[in-house]
Amino acid sequence: MSVFVSEERRDVVVTRGTFGSRLALGVALAVVVALIFAPAVAGDSATNNLTRFLILLIMAIGWNLVAGYGGMVSIGHQAFIGFASYAVLDLSIHGILAWYAVPLAILLSGVISIPVSWLAFRLRGGYFAIGTWVIAQVFQLVIAQQSNLGGGAGASLNDLNNLNPINRDNITYWLALGLTVIALGVTGLLLRSRVGMALVAVRDEEFSAAATGVNVVRTKRLVFVLSAAICGGAGALLCLSNLEVQPNSAFSIQYSAFMIFMVLVGGIGSFEGPIIGAIIFFILQQSLASYGAWYLVILGGFAIIITLWLPRGIWGALDPGHRRSLVPLRHHVDFDEIE
Amino acid sequence: MIWTNAVIQGLLLGGLYAIFACGLSLMFGVMRLVNLAHGDLGVLGAYFAIILVEHLGGNPLWTFAAVIPVAAIVGYLLQRFLLDHALNGGELSPILVTFGLSIIIENLLQQTFGANDQSLDIGALSYQSWKITSDIYVGRLNVIIFVIAVAVIVALQLFLSRSRAGRALRATADNRRAAALSGIDPKRTRALATSIALATVAIGGLFLAMRSSFAPTSGSADLLFAFEAVIIGGLGNLWGTLVGGLVLGVAQTVGRQINPADGILIGDLVFLAVLAFRPQGLIASRAVAAR
Repeated sequence: MSVFVSEERRDVVVTRGTFGSRLALGVALAVVVALIFAPAVAGDSATNNLTRFLILLIMAIGWNLVAGYGGMVSIGHQAFIGFASYAVLDLSIHGILAWYAVPLAILLSGVISIPVSWLAFRLRGGYFAIGTWVIAQVFQLVIAQQSNLGGGAGASLNDLNNLNPINRDNITYWLALGLTVIALGVTGLLLRSRVGMALVAVRDEEFSAAATGVNVVRTKRLVFVLSAAICGGAGALLCLSNLEVQPNSAFSIQYSAFMIFMVLVGGIGSFEGPIIGAIIFFILQQSLASYGAWYLVILGGFAIIITLWLPRGIWGALDPGHRRSLVPLRHHVDFDEIE
Repeated sequence: MIWTNAVIQGLLLGGLYAIFACGLSLMFGVMRLVNLAHGDLGVLGAYFAIILVEHLGGNPLWTFAAVIPVAAIVGYLLQRFLLDHALNGGELSPILVTFGLSIIIENLLQQTFGANDQSLDIGALSYQSWKITSDIYVGRLNVIIFVIAVAVIVALQLFLSRSRAGRALRATADNRRAAALSGIDPKRTRALATSIALATVAIGGLFLAMRSSFAPTSGSADLLFAFEAVIIGGLGNLWGTLVGGLVLGVAQTVGRQINPADGILIGDLVFLAVLAFRPQGLIASRAVAAR
């Protein structure tokens, strides 16, 4: 993506957003309101499905941030998913109610990702990808040895047992909905800010960005930490939704495969991409679940096909000229505003 | 004495890691491509050997003669029909394509052969050993693997430094455009690199299958070990890769001696320590800084 701005687009900038983006904001608000009341109509199992969908969406938002906007393909973000799952478990063992443990787990995921970035940022490109994978393995191996957290067999979250299961599931769902809105909002605001512009500049051409005064490492670290916190949110919710944590599944490399698939299909580096990708992935997952490993074969195949022939995903195909953006992010590419 | 034994066994294991690592390192050097399916392709070779033995019988040792050339051909085709396209698609694309390939291979293997561990039974060689002292025995197979690993790396190094094709590979690694300008066909050079990488990783996959056991998901573990060996040793340097493999092997074996569940973790921690304190690797190459 280039940072070239046509005159036409500058008009868009002056009017702050387009008709489409205002309409989209209205629709988005209506959807969120509808989703808030969904449990009243949907019933428990549908609500649980929606929770699972939102968890996937949150992961996709987090991974899109680090890979699509940060240009760093991490295949180790399951480290933060698993870490936050275990953080909720550990905090609840120490007497903090699981609901309140969620924001703390998110915060802790962000904090732990800082030393991770010190190590991982020494590597680039494909080696960065494997490096994050190794770090995720270290997380898993260390946590699997903590006997108070159930060791290799994992442990159950007993904190919420005395609640009515339907109430419990509803609260988890609302938490997931809230976190989704926050993750989308933070991503949108970040991209609208100066940091967002610096970020896109770094992703597109690191050396030029550095030459124009962008602090490349700081910008990348910020986005890495933010994405770790968002994926941590998904992990914390997974703990609440499954009511148990087990190291092999909490740190599964499959989460990376899922995140990559969702973001690639929807459109990497676009705000709308993860949403479209998560919807498609969720439908695929529901309909292909009975095919066992074949469904992962299909995911891998799609990842290759889309990378090679549809590199900007479905959203990129729908919006080839970046004109239909549903979120007024692009008006930032206005050089007058910097001065 | 147990520590001496652990170090010796670790060195022998490290040879296997070095075989896995040298192809990864070669491909990265020539085209800046990190093949995330590298380990899976080695495991694929091992499953190919299982099929061959099942249908044709005999001691699995003969399968080297079949698997290595097939792997080299697969490497050539893989480069021509997939990786070359991925390289044209920007920085992220090779990572995503090879990760997709890795998922496909692992799950196809799982679907076809099941998740169970398998191994290639090579008869008496797998348990015979040589006595060094009264406490230390070394498995004959392990020694053979180690010797072949060193031989493969020496041969690869000689090929790179002495032969015309090796010169083309090194020139492309140094500067792709300048190499192309002086008449080196970049496509052929890349395909050659991938052929060699797949041939070597197939050797690694077969040795792994003979030495211990393997499963469809073993490829990921092998990739991580190969990668750790490359980074510990230092990029752009085959001797470094050999040293990195040996260091990783020793770290894992000594770690396992400390606590049987800790082998891989100790290896990971040695890798992270190198990354933190000596990111250029133990044997830094003159030409390539860590990047």
